[in-house]
Amino acid sequence: MDKMPKWADILLIPLINLVLALAVSALVVLYIGENPIEAMVIMLKGAVGSSSGWGYTLYYATNFIFTGLAVAVAFHARLFNIGGEGQAYIGGLGVALVCLSVDWPHWALALPAAIVGGAVFGAAWAAIPAYLQARRGSHIVITTIMFNFIASALMVYLLVEVLKVPGNMSPETARFPKGAFLPSAYDMFNWIGIPFSRSAPLNIAFFLAILCCFLVWVLIWRTRLGYAIRAYGHSEDAAVYAGISPFKITMIAMLVSGALSGLMGINAVMGEAERLVLNNVQGAGFVGIAVALMGRSHPFGVLLAALLFGVLYQGGAELEFEMPAVSREMILVIQALVILFTGALDNMVRAPVEKLFLHLRKGAA
Amino acid sequence: MDFLTLIQILDATLRASTPILLACLAGLFSERAGIFDIGLEGKMLAAAFFSAAFAAIYGNVWIGLAAGITASMILALIHALASITFRGNQLISGVAINFLAAGMTVLIGDTWFQLGGRTPQLNGPARFQPLSLPFAETVKEVPLVGPLYAEVLSGHTLLVYVGLLAVPASWYILFRTRFGLRLRAVGENPAAVDTAGVSVVRLRYFAVMIAGLLCGVAGAYLATGLAAGFVKEMTAGRGFIALAALIFAKWRPWYALSACLLFGLLDALGNRFQTLSVGGFVIPNQFMQALPYILTVVILAGFVGKAIPPRAGGQPYVKER
Repeated sequence: MDKMPKWADILLIPLINLVLALAVSALVVLYIGENPIEAMVIMLKGAVGSSSGWGYTLYYATNFIFTGLAVAVAFHARLFNIGGEGQAYIGGLGVALVCLSVDWPHWALALPAAIVGGAVFGAAWAAIPAYLQARRGSHIVITTIMFNFIASALMVYLLVEVLKVPGNMSPETARFPKGAFLPSAYDMFNWIGIPFSRSAPLNIAFFLAILCCFLVWVLIWRTRLGYAIRAYGHSEDAAVYAGISPFKITMIAMLVSGALSGLMGINAVMGEAERLVLNNVQGAGFVGIAVALMGRSHPFGVLLAALLFGVLYQGGAELEFEMPAVSREMILVIQALVILFTGALDNMVRAPVEKLFLHLRKGAA
Repeated sequence: MDFLTLIQILDATLRASTPILLACLAGLFSERAGIFDIGLEGKMLAAAFFSAAFAAIYGNVWIGLAAGITASMILALIHALASITFRGNQLISGVAINFLAAGMTVLIGDTWFQLGGRTPQLNGPARFQPLSLPFAETVKEVPLVGPLYAEVLSGHTLLVYVGLLAVPASWYILFRTRFGLRLRAVGENPAAVDTAGVSVVRLRYFAVMIAGLLCGVAGAYLATGLAAGFVKEMTAGRGFIALAALIFAKWRPWYALSACLLFGLLDALGNRFQTLSVGGFVIPNQFMQALPYILTVVILAGFVGKAIPPRAGGQPYVKER
């Protein structure tokens, strides 16, 4: 018998964790000398109160869906891929190289090619830590951290020394050809005659992210491979006994994870910047950890958590504008508290709730 | 490269190595007791901010140091609570602590000083001043050894020497005392320690708090010794370099010293020469920056020596019921 009903596990506990994280954040805002409720209202209004707000919120959410799914897939194989940041960065490089290599006639041709570029580069960056974990037993958390820093140094080198347009001061590639511009939300709403903010960076990559959620769900819960990944994640010994190869599962889970991170480039590099710039990932790889934890590594949960963090990022930007005392770093604090309460301090909430349910059940019996 | 340049680079190496060394020893205590700590960076950052802030407010670097250590130890306590008492994931807790420090230091800094997250410039008694080692002036003229002693070893702030002395001290505590033996045992086989009637939880708390203390000194050195005040994100990945050094050193104090000196040297070389050419090859600066991480991956891969972490690392200890 389970200690508590399933809905409590997947809904109640994350909700309590989130409330605790927000409560502590409210205390921080209070300490800074502002009204937390007012701050909350400004954030919500800024994030979902206008078409421009939605455009930014969903754009951020798209990034977080990719990185969140990446962390989630690795979690299922009990691998902690902390290298989403580097994989997304290198994935962006793949996307940019594809976009710049050909004078694309139409985005519908450029998009599939760029998807392959981003996924392959992202997966390749995850492949070395995966191989070292699977064959040499090197701890994947440490190697992926190291690869984040190596990626960052590599990209600085490439952008400053190799890919920069000669004569240009800023370390960035040339603008992509017009044929590689993805339709923005403004364009798409225009097709059906609804006005939408022109400045918002939301683009067609959002639908790619939703598609990826569905595909990850199919992979993890509806295929033999997904079953093997979950089996390996639950018990390595049992999986080996059942004839599942740890090497194969580690490699596949990490390659899929890296590819998903790499796809973030479709949204951020191809959809928004339309060129490759320095630091284009901006911490989204780390937000993916929080998103996967909150979403309990389920694609639907990841989608919801990514939306929540999208609201947080866009709302946080508005907040800085309206309440100058509360700077952008408030987002980092909230993110840290969400990771702390949903990830590390989970048992603090879980144990009393389990006790409560056991008590209730005893009372009913 | 002439002798003077060499002396300057070695001098810079020692300065750059100190924060990495202190953080590396912090990680050593924690990980030897079986608690992974990727929150070294965050603890250092928090200590850097609070030491600079209190030193600026009170004009006294010692109050700053105490505040920095306290801040770092509070974060260490959160880590201990999450990973020992509530048996949470130690890696996730470390990630959270890094973000918490990155956000809180700027938020509080902005509230206290309104300088965009910086603290005011520190000077005079609000900073650690360089110390002259005894006889530095007298032996200066002795060829070779003289400048090495007078220019490289002498003339640093107190915390540099604290860092250097922390190496033999850590070695002694870990390998020559009963506490150290138990601490290492708890990282290898906590059940055995428990059977011997020693509290696993207490030992691990001790280890994590020592890590907090050392990270506090490291952070205070950054903001009040090396620099003259706090700036946003001033640790700049040093906590992760320390983690790399710890693996490079195979979780041993004396190896940690050499690993940190090596990484410090790379840092000093990278700062001094924008481009380094060796036999016609131009080595880009970015490669120098990435080298500690690349070396760590190579060591981790086990192609050059093998780094074996403490066996019980990362696993919460659950007493059988």
